[in-house]
Amino acid sequence: MTVKDTDMPRQASQLPSSLLVLRNILTFLMRSPTSAFGLIVLGLLIVIAAFAPLIATHDPYAQDLANTLKAPGNGHYFGTDELGRDIFSRLVWGSRISLTIIFLVSIVVGPIGMIVGTTAGYMGGRLDTIMMRITDIFLSFPSLILSLAFVAALGPSLNNAIIAIALTAWPPIARLARAEAMTFRKADYIAAARLQGASDMRIIFKSIMPMCLPSVLIRLTLNMATVILTAAGLGFLGLGAQPPMPEWGAMIATGRRYMIDSWWLVTFPGLAILTVSLAFNLLGDGLRDALDPKQMNRR
Amino acid sequence: MTSNVEIRNLSISFGEGPAAVKVLPGVNFSVEAGECFGLVGESGSGKSTVLRCISMLTDFWQGQISIGGRNVRDIPRLERCRLLQMVFQDPYGSLHPRQSVRTTLSEPLKIHGLDDHEGRMRRVIRDVGLTADFIDRFPHQMSGGQRQRIAIARALILEPSLLLLDEPTSALDVSVQAEILNLLVRLREERGLTYLMVTHDLAVVDHMCDRFAVMLRGEVTEVLPRAAIQGNHATHPYARELIGASLEYEGAL
Ligand SMILES: Nc1ncnc2c1ncn2[C@@H]1O[C@H](COP(=O)(O)OP(=O)(O)OP(=O)(O)O)[C@@H](O)[C@H]1O
Ligand SMILES: [Mg+2]
Repeated sequence: MTVKDTDMPRQASQLPSSLLVLRNILTFLMRSPTSAFGLIVLGLLIVIAAFAPLIATHDPYAQDLANTLKAPGNGHYFGTDELGRDIFSRLVWGSRISLTIIFLVSIVVGPIGMIVGTTAGYMGGRLDTIMMRITDIFLSFPSLILSLAFVAALGPSLNNAIIAIALTAWPPIARLARAEAMTFRKADYIAAARLQGASDMRIIFKSIMPMCLPSVLIRLTLNMATVILTAAGLGFLGLGAQPPMPEWGAMIATGRRYMIDSWWLVTFPGLAILTVSLAFNLLGDGLRDALDPKQMNRR
Repeated sequence: MTSNVEIRNLSISFGEGPAAVKVLPGVNFSVEAGECFGLVGESGSGKSTVLRCISMLTDFWQGQISIGGRNVRDIPRLERCRLLQMVFQDPYGSLHPRQSVRTTLSEPLKIHGLDDHEGRMRRVIRDVGLTADFIDRFPHQMSGGQRQRIAIARALILEPSLLLLDEPTSALDVSVQAEILNLLVRLREERGLTYLMVTHDLAVVDHMCDRFAVMLRGEVTEVLPRAAIQGNHATHPYARELIGASLEYEGAL
Protein backbone atom coordinates (compact mmCIF):
# COMPACT_ATOMS: atom_id res chain seq x y z
CA MET A 1 0.00 0.00 0.00
CA THR A 2 2.73 2.43 0.94
CA VAL A 3 4.61 1.66 -2.25
CA LYS A 4 1.49 2.42 -4.23
CA ASP A 5 0.97 5.67 -2.42
CA THR A 6 4.38 6.97 -3.36
CA ASP A 7 4.41 5.58 -6.87
CA MET A 8 1.04 6.75 -8.10
CA PRO A 9 1.60 10.51 -8.12
CA ARG A 10 4.89 10.05 -9.91
CA GLN A 11 3.28 8.06 -12.70
CA ALA A 12 0.47 10.55 -12.93
CA SER A 13 2.81 13.49 -13.21
CA GLN A 14 5.22 11.76 -15.57
CA LEU A 15 2.95 10.63 -18.37
CA PRO A 16 1.79 14.01 -19.65
CA SER A 17 5.08 15.79 -18.92
CA SER A 18 5.99 16.10 -22.60
CA LEU A 19 2.49 17.41 -23.29
CA LEU A 20 2.94 19.87 -20.46
CA VAL A 21 6.18 21.13 -21.96
CA LEU A 22 4.41 21.51 -25.31
CA ARG A 23 1.59 23.46 -23.69
CA ASN A 24 4.10 25.73 -21.94
CA ILE A 25 5.86 26.41 -25.21
CA LEU A 26 2.56 27.19 -26.92
CA THR A 27 1.44 29.59 -24.19
CA PHE A 28 4.83 31.26 -24.35
CA LEU A 29 4.52 31.65 -28.12
CA MET A 30 1.02 33.10 -27.82
CA ARG A 31 2.24 35.78 -25.44
CA SER A 32 4.26 37.65 -28.05
CA PRO A 33 2.22 39.08 -30.94
CA THR A 34 4.71 38.17 -33.67
CA SER A 35 5.10 34.53 -32.79
CA ALA A 36 1.36 34.32 -32.10
CA PHE A 37 0.82 35.54 -35.66
CA GLY A 38 3.15 32.82 -36.95
CA LEU A 39 1.43 30.16 -34.89
CA ILE A 40 -2.05 31.25 -35.96
CA VAL A 41 -1.15 31.40 -39.65
CA LEU A 42 0.39 27.96 -39.44
CA GLY A 43 -2.68 26.65 -37.60
CA LEU A 44 -4.94 28.19 -40.23
CA LEU A 45 -2.87 26.64 -42.99
CA ILE A 46 -3.26 23.21 -41.41
CA VAL A 47 -7.02 23.68 -40.94
CA ILE A 48 -7.41 24.91 -44.52
CA ALA A 49 -5.43 21.98 -45.88
CA ALA A 50 -7.40 19.49 -43.78
CA PHE A 51 -10.79 20.85 -44.78
CA ALA A 52 -9.92 21.93 -48.31
CA PRO A 53 -12.95 20.22 -49.92
CA LEU A 54 -15.29 22.07 -47.54
CA ILE A 55 -13.62 25.46 -47.75
CA ALA A 56 -13.02 25.60 -51.49
CA THR A 57 -15.96 27.07 -53.36
CA HIS A 58 -15.14 25.44 -56.70
CA ASP A 59 -13.33 22.46 -58.12
CA PRO A 60 -9.71 23.66 -58.45
CA TYR A 61 -9.35 21.92 -61.81
CA ALA A 62 -12.75 22.83 -63.30
CA GLN A 63 -12.31 25.08 -66.34
CA ASP A 64 -14.92 27.57 -67.38
CA LEU A 65 -13.81 29.07 -70.68
CA ALA A 66 -16.73 31.49 -70.73
CA ASN A 67 -15.53 32.98 -67.50
CA THR A 68 -11.76 33.57 -67.88
CA LEU A 69 -9.67 36.26 -66.21
CA LYS A 70 -12.57 37.65 -64.19
CA ALA A 71 -11.72 40.10 -61.42
CA PRO A 72 -12.56 39.18 -57.80
CA GLY A 73 -16.28 39.17 -57.10
CA ASN A 74 -19.28 37.34 -58.47
CA GLY A 75 -18.78 34.23 -56.33
CA HIS A 76 -15.08 34.08 -57.17
CA TYR A 77 -13.43 35.62 -54.07
CA PHE A 78 -10.03 35.99 -55.73
CA GLY A 79 -11.21 36.01 -59.35
CA THR A 80 -10.51 33.42 -62.05
CA ASP A 81 -7.45 32.57 -64.08
CA GLU A 82 -6.83 32.27 -67.82
CA LEU A 83 -8.80 29.00 -67.98
CA GLY A 84 -11.64 30.24 -65.80
CA ARG A 85 -10.57 28.27 -62.73
CA ASP A 86 -11.41 29.75 -59.34
CA ILE A 87 -8.18 31.14 -57.82
CA PHE A 88 -9.42 30.99 -54.23
CA SER A 89 -10.17 27.27 -54.52
CA ARG A 90 -6.82 26.64 -56.16
CA LEU A 91 -5.02 28.43 -53.33
CA VAL A 92 -6.96 26.38 -50.77
CA TRP A 93 -6.06 23.12 -52.44
CA GLY A 94 -2.51 24.36 -52.98
CA SER A 95 -2.04 24.60 -49.22
CA ARG A 96 -2.03 20.79 -49.18
CA ILE A 97 0.88 20.74 -51.60
CA SER A 98 2.81 23.30 -49.56
CA LEU A 99 2.23 21.40 -46.33
CA THR A 100 3.25 18.11 -47.93
CA ILE A 101 6.49 19.69 -49.13
CA ILE A 102 7.21 21.19 -45.71
CA PHE A 103 6.39 17.98 -43.88
CA LEU A 104 8.38 15.66 -46.13
CA VAL A 105 11.38 17.97 -46.25
CA SER A 106 11.41 18.36 -42.45
CA ILE A 107 11.23 14.67 -41.64
CA VAL A 108 14.06 13.96 -44.06
CA VAL A 109 16.26 16.95 -43.31
CA GLY A 110 15.89 17.09 -39.51
CA PRO A 111 17.09 13.56 -38.69
CA ILE A 112 19.77 13.47 -41.40
CA GLY A 113 21.22 16.82 -40.39
CA MET A 114 21.02 15.90 -36.73
CA ILE A 115 22.71 12.51 -37.08
CA VAL A 116 25.44 13.67 -39.43
CA GLY A 117 26.13 16.81 -37.39
CA THR A 118 26.15 15.31 -33.92
CA THR A 119 28.20 12.29 -34.99
CA ALA A 120 30.79 14.47 -36.70
CA GLY A 121 30.90 16.91 -33.80
CA TYR A 122 31.11 14.30 -31.07
CA MET A 123 33.51 11.85 -32.72
CA GLY A 124 35.79 14.47 -34.24
CA GLY A 125 38.93 13.36 -36.07
CA ARG A 126 38.88 11.97 -39.58
CA LEU A 127 35.16 11.15 -39.59
CA ASP A 128 34.44 14.78 -38.78
CA THR A 129 36.73 16.01 -41.55
CA ILE A 130 35.14 13.77 -44.18
CA MET A 131 31.58 14.59 -43.18
CA MET A 132 32.20 18.30 -43.01
CA ARG A 133 33.97 18.43 -46.40
CA ILE A 134 30.88 16.80 -47.89
CA THR A 135 28.59 19.38 -46.30
CA ASP A 136 31.00 22.10 -47.44
CA ILE A 137 30.53 20.98 -51.03
CA PHE A 138 26.76 21.19 -50.65
CA LEU A 139 26.96 24.52 -48.88
CA SER A 140 29.15 26.11 -51.52
CA PHE A 141 26.20 26.28 -53.96
CA PRO A 142 23.16 28.50 -53.46
CA SER A 143 20.38 26.09 -52.52
CA LEU A 144 18.06 27.10 -55.37
CA ILE A 145 20.80 26.53 -57.97
CA LEU A 146 21.64 23.16 -56.48
CA SER A 147 18.00 22.08 -56.36
CA LEU A 148 17.68 23.25 -59.96
CA ALA A 149 20.56 21.00 -60.92
CA PHE A 150 19.06 18.05 -59.05
CA VAL A 151 15.60 18.51 -60.56
CA ALA A 152 17.10 18.95 -64.00
CA ALA A 153 18.89 15.63 -63.54
CA LEU A 154 15.93 13.80 -61.99
CA GLY A 155 13.26 15.26 -64.25
CA PRO A 156 10.72 17.92 -63.32
CA SER A 157 7.98 16.77 -60.95
CA LEU A 158 6.76 17.60 -57.47
CA ASN A 159 8.33 14.51 -55.89
CA ASN A 160 11.69 15.24 -57.46
CA ALA A 161 11.43 18.82 -56.29
CA ILE A 162 10.91 17.56 -52.73
CA ILE A 163 13.91 15.23 -53.02
CA ALA A 164 16.02 18.05 -54.45
CA ILE A 165 15.03 20.46 -51.71
CA ALA A 166 15.72 17.89 -49.01
CA LEU A 167 19.13 17.16 -50.51
CA THR A 168 20.07 20.82 -50.38
CA ALA A 169 18.50 21.65 -47.01
CA TRP A 170 20.28 19.24 -44.64
CA PRO A 171 23.84 20.62 -44.73
CA PRO A 172 23.13 23.82 -42.77
CA ILE A 173 21.33 21.73 -40.13
CA ALA A 174 24.29 19.34 -39.93
CA ARG A 175 26.66 22.28 -39.60
CA LEU A 176 24.65 23.71 -36.76
CA ALA A 177 24.28 20.38 -34.95
CA ARG A 178 28.02 19.78 -35.27
CA ALA A 179 28.90 23.17 -33.83
CA GLU A 180 26.57 22.52 -30.92
CA ALA A 181 27.84 18.98 -30.38
CA MET A 182 31.41 20.27 -30.26
CA THR A 183 30.60 22.64 -27.44
CA PHE A 184 28.98 19.84 -25.42
CA ARG A 185 31.35 16.95 -25.99
CA LYS A 186 33.95 18.29 -23.56
CA ALA A 187 31.36 18.77 -20.82
CA ASP A 188 31.79 16.91 -17.57
CA TYR A 189 28.40 15.23 -17.89
CA ILE A 190 29.56 13.60 -21.11
CA ALA A 191 32.73 12.43 -19.35
CA ALA A 192 30.53 11.08 -16.56
CA ALA A 193 28.38 9.20 -19.09
CA ARG A 194 31.50 7.68 -20.62
CA LEU A 195 32.71 6.63 -17.18
CA GLN A 196 29.43 4.84 -16.70
CA GLY A 197 30.10 2.71 -19.72
CA ALA A 198 27.77 4.43 -22.20
CA SER A 199 28.71 3.68 -25.81
CA ASP A 200 29.37 6.49 -28.28
CA MET A 201 26.00 5.81 -29.92
CA ARG A 202 24.21 6.03 -26.61
CA ILE A 203 25.96 9.27 -25.72
CA ILE A 204 25.14 10.82 -29.09
CA PHE A 205 21.47 9.85 -28.92
CA LYS A 206 20.79 10.34 -25.22
CA SER A 207 23.11 13.13 -24.15
CA ILE A 208 24.19 15.12 -27.19
CA MET A 209 21.00 15.17 -29.27
CA PRO A 210 18.69 16.51 -26.54
CA MET A 211 21.11 19.41 -26.14
CA CYS A 212 21.16 20.14 -29.88
CA LEU A 213 17.43 19.66 -30.41
CA PRO A 214 16.19 23.18 -29.57
CA SER A 215 18.54 24.99 -31.93
CA VAL A 216 17.93 22.41 -34.67
CA LEU A 217 14.17 22.85 -34.27
CA ILE A 218 14.52 26.61 -34.48
CA ARG A 219 16.73 26.34 -37.52
CA LEU A 220 14.34 23.89 -39.16
CA THR A 221 11.42 26.26 -38.62
CA LEU A 222 13.35 29.20 -40.05
CA ASN A 223 14.42 26.95 -42.91
CA MET A 224 10.81 26.23 -43.79
CA ALA A 225 10.47 29.77 -45.09
CA THR A 226 13.32 29.07 -47.51
CA VAL A 227 11.84 25.69 -48.41
CA ILE A 228 8.52 27.33 -49.31
CA LEU A 229 10.31 29.90 -51.42
CA THR A 230 12.50 27.28 -53.13
CA ALA A 231 9.47 25.11 -53.86
CA ALA A 232 7.64 28.13 -55.27
CA GLY A 233 10.74 29.05 -57.25
CA LEU A 234 10.99 25.57 -58.73
CA GLY A 235 7.27 25.64 -59.50
CA PHE A 236 7.71 29.05 -61.09
CA LEU A 237 10.50 27.73 -63.30
CA GLY A 238 8.33 24.80 -64.30
CA LEU A 239 10.58 22.31 -62.56
CA GLY A 240 8.40 21.57 -59.52
CA ALA A 241 4.70 20.86 -59.49
CA GLN A 242 3.43 20.51 -63.04
CA PRO A 243 0.77 22.81 -64.60
CA PRO A 244 -2.68 21.60 -63.68
CA MET A 245 -1.60 21.24 -60.04
CA PRO A 246 -2.57 24.26 -57.95
CA GLU A 247 0.93 24.82 -56.56
CA TRP A 248 1.41 28.46 -55.60
CA GLY A 249 4.69 29.03 -57.41
CA ALA A 250 3.38 27.38 -60.57
CA MET A 251 0.26 29.56 -60.37
CA ILE A 252 2.42 32.69 -60.35
CA ALA A 253 4.41 31.34 -63.28
CA THR A 254 1.34 30.90 -65.48
CA GLY A 255 -0.28 34.09 -64.20
CA ARG A 256 2.79 36.13 -65.08
CA ARG A 257 1.73 36.43 -68.71
CA TYR A 258 -1.55 38.12 -67.75
CA MET A 259 -0.07 40.13 -64.90
CA ILE A 260 -0.47 43.58 -66.46
CA ASP A 261 -4.22 43.36 -67.01
CA SER A 262 -5.21 40.80 -64.39
CA TRP A 263 -3.32 41.61 -61.21
CA TRP A 264 -5.19 39.01 -59.13
CA LEU A 265 -3.54 36.09 -60.93
CA VAL A 266 -0.17 36.67 -59.28
CA THR A 267 -1.11 38.81 -56.29
CA PHE A 268 -3.04 36.21 -54.30
CA PRO A 269 -0.61 33.29 -54.71
CA GLY A 270 2.20 35.75 -53.99
CA LEU A 271 0.49 36.93 -50.82
CA ALA A 272 -0.05 33.32 -49.75
CA ILE A 273 3.65 32.52 -50.17
CA LEU A 274 4.66 35.71 -48.41
CA THR A 275 2.32 35.14 -45.46
CA VAL A 276 3.33 31.52 -44.91
CA SER A 277 7.07 32.12 -45.17
CA LEU A 278 6.76 35.18 -42.92
CA ALA A 279 4.79 33.08 -40.44
CA PHE A 280 7.55 30.47 -40.34
CA ASN A 281 10.17 33.14 -39.79
CA LEU A 282 8.26 34.72 -36.94
CA LEU A 283 7.51 31.34 -35.41
CA GLY A 284 11.20 30.42 -35.60
CA ASP A 285 12.14 33.61 -33.80
CA GLY A 286 9.51 32.95 -31.15
CA LEU A 287 10.74 29.38 -30.70
CA ARG A 288 14.25 30.68 -30.16
CA ASP A 289 13.00 32.49 -27.07
CA ALA A 290 10.64 29.73 -25.99
CA LEU A 291 13.25 26.97 -26.18
CA ASP A 292 15.73 28.86 -24.05
CA PRO A 293 16.87 26.13 -21.64
CA LYS A 294 15.53 27.87 -18.56
CA GLN A 295 12.11 28.31 -20.16
CA MET A 296 11.94 24.81 -21.52
CA ASN A 297 12.43 23.08 -18.20
CA ARG A 298 9.93 25.23 -16.39
CA ARG A 299 7.03 22.99 -15.47
CA MET B 1 37.75 -6.11 -3.54
CA THR B 2 41.14 -4.46 -3.25
CA SER B 3 41.70 -1.42 -5.36
CA ASN B 4 45.16 -0.15 -4.66
CA VAL B 5 46.44 2.10 -7.43
CA GLU B 6 49.98 1.90 -8.79
CA ILE B 7 51.21 4.60 -11.14
CA ARG B 8 54.60 4.09 -12.78
CA ASN B 9 56.22 6.55 -15.20
CA LEU B 10 52.91 7.99 -16.30
CA SER B 11 53.62 10.54 -19.01
CA ILE B 12 51.42 12.32 -21.49
CA SER B 13 51.75 15.14 -23.97
CA PHE B 14 49.02 17.10 -25.69
CA GLY B 15 49.31 18.21 -29.28
CA GLU B 16 51.46 16.80 -32.04
CA GLY B 17 54.88 17.40 -33.54
CA PRO B 18 56.80 20.49 -32.45
CA ALA B 19 53.71 22.01 -30.82
CA ALA B 20 53.39 19.07 -28.40
CA VAL B 21 53.37 19.99 -24.73
CA LYS B 22 54.52 17.43 -22.22
CA VAL B 23 52.08 17.86 -19.36
CA LEU B 24 53.17 14.92 -17.26
CA PRO B 25 56.84 14.03 -17.67
CA GLY B 26 56.74 10.92 -15.51
CA VAL B 27 54.52 10.51 -12.50
CA ASN B 28 55.05 7.82 -9.87
CA PHE B 29 52.99 7.19 -6.77
CA SER B 30 50.80 4.53 -5.30
CA VAL B 31 47.58 4.54 -3.32
CA GLU B 32 46.82 1.74 -0.94
CA ALA B 33 43.46 0.03 -0.83
CA GLY B 34 41.07 1.75 1.58
CA GLU B 35 43.27 4.81 1.82
CA CYS B 36 42.36 8.43 1.23
CA PHE B 37 45.15 9.87 -0.84
CA GLY B 38 45.37 13.59 -1.55
CA LEU B 39 46.86 15.23 -4.61
CA VAL B 40 47.77 18.87 -4.15
CA GLY B 41 49.65 21.36 -6.25
CA GLU B 42 49.26 24.62 -8.06
CA SER B 43 46.76 25.19 -10.83
CA GLY B 44 47.87 23.62 -14.09
CA SER B 45 50.25 21.16 -12.47
CA GLY B 46 48.40 18.22 -14.01
CA LYS B 47 46.28 16.93 -11.13
CA SER B 48 43.08 16.56 -13.15
CA THR B 49 45.07 15.05 -15.99
CA VAL B 50 46.32 12.29 -13.68
CA LEU B 51 42.74 11.43 -12.73
CA ARG B 52 41.61 11.44 -16.35
CA CYS B 53 44.45 9.08 -17.24
CA ILE B 54 43.58 6.67 -14.43
CA SER B 55 39.92 6.66 -15.47
CA MET B 56 40.87 6.25 -19.16
CA LEU B 57 38.89 9.35 -20.11
CA THR B 58 42.21 10.27 -21.67
CA ASP B 59 43.82 7.14 -23.05
CA PHE B 60 46.90 8.23 -25.00
CA TRP B 61 49.32 8.17 -22.10
CA GLN B 62 52.48 6.13 -21.71
CA GLY B 63 53.61 4.25 -18.65
CA GLN B 64 51.84 1.87 -16.37
CA ILE B 65 48.71 2.30 -14.28
CA SER B 66 47.37 -0.66 -12.39
CA ILE B 67 44.37 -0.99 -10.13
CA GLY B 68 44.18 -3.94 -7.79
CA GLY B 69 47.28 -5.35 -9.49
CA ARG B 70 45.70 -5.29 -12.96
CA ASN B 71 46.78 -3.04 -15.78
CA VAL B 72 43.90 -0.59 -16.41
CA ARG B 73 44.27 -1.09 -20.14
CA ASP B 74 43.48 -4.79 -19.68
CA ILE B 75 40.31 -4.24 -17.65
CA PRO B 76 37.20 -4.41 -19.89
CA ARG B 77 35.33 -1.14 -20.17
CA LEU B 78 32.20 -2.09 -18.27
CA GLU B 79 34.16 -3.80 -15.53
CA ARG B 80 36.32 -0.70 -15.18
CA CYS B 81 33.17 1.39 -14.71
CA ARG B 82 32.14 -0.79 -11.78
CA LEU B 83 35.63 -0.56 -10.31
CA LEU B 84 36.22 3.18 -10.39
CA GLN B 85 34.09 6.29 -10.68
CA MET B 86 34.80 9.99 -10.66
CA VAL B 87 33.24 13.05 -9.04
CA PHE B 88 33.87 16.27 -10.89
CA GLN B 89 34.74 19.70 -9.67
CA ASP B 90 31.75 21.67 -10.88
CA PRO B 91 28.31 20.26 -10.00
CA TYR B 92 26.78 22.78 -12.39
CA GLY B 93 28.59 21.22 -15.34
CA SER B 94 28.68 17.58 -14.35
CA LEU B 95 24.94 16.88 -14.39
CA HIS B 96 23.14 16.77 -17.74
CA PRO B 97 20.90 19.86 -17.72
CA ARG B 98 18.02 18.10 -19.47
CA GLN B 99 18.11 14.84 -17.56
CA SER B 100 16.23 14.29 -14.35
CA VAL B 101 17.91 12.65 -11.40
CA ARG B 102 15.97 9.51 -12.34
CA THR B 103 17.52 9.41 -15.81
CA THR B 104 20.97 10.26 -14.50
CA LEU B 105 20.87 7.42 -11.98
CA SER B 106 19.04 4.81 -14.03
CA GLU B 107 21.20 5.11 -17.17
CA PRO B 108 24.20 3.31 -15.58
CA LEU B 109 21.85 0.66 -14.19
CA LYS B 110 20.44 0.06 -17.67
CA ILE B 111 23.87 -0.02 -19.29
CA HIS B 112 25.08 -2.61 -16.80
CA GLY B 113 21.85 -4.59 -16.85
CA LEU B 114 21.27 -4.36 -13.11
CA ASP B 115 17.92 -5.13 -11.50
CA ASP B 116 15.78 -3.27 -8.95
CA HIS B 117 16.36 0.22 -10.36
CA GLU B 118 13.86 1.87 -8.04
CA GLY B 119 15.32 0.32 -4.89
CA ARG B 120 18.91 1.03 -5.83
CA MET B 121 18.13 4.64 -6.67
CA ARG B 122 16.25 5.19 -3.41
CA ARG B 123 19.06 3.65 -1.36
CA VAL B 124 21.82 5.68 -2.97
CA ILE B 125 19.81 8.90 -2.72
CA ARG B 126 19.30 8.25 0.98
CA ASP B 127 22.99 7.41 1.39
CA VAL B 128 24.02 10.82 0.11
CA GLY B 129 21.65 12.50 2.52
CA LEU B 130 18.73 13.42 0.27
CA THR B 131 15.10 12.33 0.29
CA ALA B 132 13.47 10.13 -2.34
CA ASP B 133 11.46 13.01 -3.81
CA PHE B 134 14.66 14.34 -5.36
CA ILE B 135 14.43 11.50 -7.89
CA ASP B 136 12.12 13.48 -10.15
CA ARG B 137 13.99 16.76 -10.01
CA PHE B 138 16.07 18.37 -12.71
CA PRO B 139 19.50 19.92 -12.01
CA HIS B 140 18.14 23.46 -12.21
CA GLN B 141 15.74 22.63 -9.41
CA MET B 142 18.56 21.90 -6.95
CA SER B 143 21.20 23.87 -5.08
CA GLY B 144 24.89 23.42 -5.74
CA GLY B 145 25.34 21.21 -2.70
CA GLN B 146 22.36 19.06 -3.64
CA ARG B 147 23.70 18.71 -7.16
CA GLN B 148 27.04 17.58 -5.85
CA ARG B 149 25.28 15.00 -3.68
CA ILE B 150 23.52 13.72 -6.80
CA ALA B 151 26.86 13.62 -8.61
CA ILE B 152 28.24 11.55 -5.73
CA ALA B 153 25.15 9.31 -5.85
CA ARG B 154 25.76 8.78 -9.56
CA ALA B 155 29.35 7.81 -8.83
CA LEU B 156 28.22 5.37 -6.15
CA ILE B 157 25.32 3.68 -7.89
CA LEU B 158 27.53 1.14 -9.64
CA GLU B 159 29.16 0.40 -6.27
CA PRO B 160 32.77 1.06 -7.26
CA SER B 161 35.61 0.56 -4.80
CA LEU B 162 37.75 3.46 -6.02
CA LEU B 163 36.53 7.06 -6.20
CA LEU B 164 38.49 9.72 -8.05
CA LEU B 165 37.51 13.08 -6.63
CA ASP B 166 38.50 16.16 -8.61
CA GLU B 167 38.19 19.09 -6.20
CA PRO B 168 34.70 17.96 -5.20
CA THR B 169 34.06 20.97 -2.97
CA SER B 170 35.89 23.88 -4.55
CA ALA B 171 32.85 25.12 -6.50
CA LEU B 172 30.70 25.16 -3.38
CA ASP B 173 29.98 27.58 -0.61
CA VAL B 174 32.19 27.19 2.48
CA SER B 175 29.40 25.90 4.74
CA VAL B 176 28.33 23.39 2.10
CA GLN B 177 31.95 22.30 1.60
CA ALA B 178 32.10 20.94 5.13
CA GLU B 179 28.85 19.01 4.64
CA ILE B 180 30.08 17.37 1.45
CA LEU B 181 33.45 16.52 3.02
CA ASN B 182 31.73 14.93 6.01
CA LEU B 183 29.48 13.00 3.63
CA LEU B 184 32.56 11.72 1.80
CA VAL B 185 34.23 10.74 5.07
CA ARG B 186 31.11 8.85 6.18
CA LEU B 187 30.69 7.07 2.84
CA ARG B 188 34.29 5.93 2.93
CA GLU B 189 33.85 4.50 6.41
CA GLU B 190 30.60 2.76 5.50
CA ARG B 191 31.71 1.33 2.19
CA GLY B 192 35.44 0.92 2.66
CA LEU B 193 36.15 3.03 -0.44
CA THR B 194 39.54 4.10 -1.68
CA TYR B 195 39.75 7.81 -2.43
CA LEU B 196 42.14 9.65 -4.69
CA MET B 197 41.28 13.27 -4.10
CA VAL B 198 42.56 16.34 -5.88
CA THR B 199 42.37 19.52 -3.88
CA HIS B 200 43.82 22.98 -3.57
CA ASP B 201 43.20 23.11 0.10
CA LEU B 202 45.61 21.60 2.61
CA ALA B 203 42.95 21.96 5.30
CA VAL B 204 40.88 19.41 3.36
CA VAL B 205 43.89 17.09 3.23
CA ASP B 206 44.37 17.57 6.94
CA HIS B 207 40.70 16.80 7.52
CA MET B 208 40.42 13.55 5.62
CA CYS B 209 43.51 12.26 3.81
CA ASP B 210 45.96 9.69 5.16
CA ARG B 211 48.75 10.68 2.80
CA PHE B 212 49.17 13.21 0.06
CA ALA B 213 51.39 13.96 -2.90
CA VAL B 214 52.57 17.43 -3.84
CA MET B 215 52.68 18.07 -7.58
CA LEU B 216 54.72 20.72 -9.36
CA ARG B 217 54.63 21.14 -13.15
CA GLY B 218 53.52 17.58 -13.79
CA GLU B 219 55.89 15.93 -11.35
CA VAL B 220 55.24 14.51 -7.93
CA THR B 221 57.81 16.24 -5.78
CA GLU B 222 57.08 14.46 -2.54
CA VAL B 223 54.63 12.06 -0.92
CA LEU B 224 53.92 12.96 2.69
CA PRO B 225 51.81 11.59 5.53
CA ARG B 226 49.10 13.82 6.93
CA ALA B 227 51.13 14.38 10.08
CA ALA B 228 53.72 16.26 8.02
CA ILE B 229 51.40 19.24 7.69
CA GLN B 230 51.47 20.39 11.30
CA GLY B 231 55.04 21.56 11.86
CA ASN B 232 55.84 21.39 8.14
CA HIS B 233 58.01 18.28 7.83
CA ALA B 234 58.33 18.45 4.05
CA THR B 235 61.83 18.26 2.59
CA HIS B 236 61.29 19.48 -0.96
CA PRO B 237 61.44 23.30 -1.09
CA TYR B 238 58.21 23.68 -3.08
CA ALA B 239 56.26 21.39 -0.74
CA ARG B 240 57.66 23.31 2.25
CA GLU B 241 56.63 26.57 0.72
CA LEU B 242 53.11 25.28 -0.03
CA ILE B 243 52.57 23.92 3.47
CA GLY B 244 54.15 26.98 5.03
CA ALA B 245 51.83 29.29 3.13
CA SER B 246 48.82 27.24 4.17
CA LEU B 247 49.83 27.21 7.85
CA GLU B 248 50.45 30.96 7.75
CA TYR B 249 47.02 31.51 6.21
CA GLU B 250 45.34 29.41 8.88
CA GLY B 251 47.26 31.22 11.58
CA ALA B 252 46.08 34.52 10.21
CA LEU B 253 42.43 33.45 10.44
N1 LIG C 1 43.22 18.55 -23.70
C1 LIG C 1 44.30 19.30 -23.44
N2 LIG C 1 45.02 19.82 -24.46
C2 LIG C 1 46.11 20.57 -24.19
N3 LIG C 1 46.56 20.86 -22.98
C3 LIG C 1 45.91 20.36 -21.93
C4 LIG C 1 44.74 19.56 -22.10
N4 LIG C 1 44.29 19.20 -20.88
C5 LIG C 1 45.14 19.75 -20.00
N5 LIG C 1 46.11 20.45 -20.62
C6 LIG C 1 47.19 21.17 -19.97
O1 LIG C 1 47.71 20.34 -18.98
C7 LIG C 1 48.08 21.08 -17.83
C8 LIG C 1 47.50 20.43 -16.61
O2 LIG C 1 46.09 20.53 -16.66
P1 LIG C 1 45.19 19.99 -15.48
O3 LIG C 1 43.80 20.24 -15.84
O4 LIG C 1 45.58 18.59 -15.18
O5 LIG C 1 45.63 20.94 -14.28
P2 LIG C 1 45.16 20.91 -12.78
O6 LIG C 1 46.35 20.59 -11.97
O7 LIG C 1 43.97 20.05 -12.63
O8 LIG C 1 44.77 22.42 -12.56
P3 LIG C 1 43.56 23.03 -11.72
O9 LIG C 1 43.96 22.94 -10.31
O10 LIG C 1 43.48 24.44 -12.19
O11 LIG C 1 42.35 22.22 -12.04
C9 LIG C 1 47.61 22.49 -18.06
O12 LIG C 1 48.74 23.29 -18.33
C10 LIG C 1 46.71 22.41 -19.26
O13 LIG C 1 46.88 23.55 -20.04
MG1 LIG D 1 41.81 20.42 -12.33
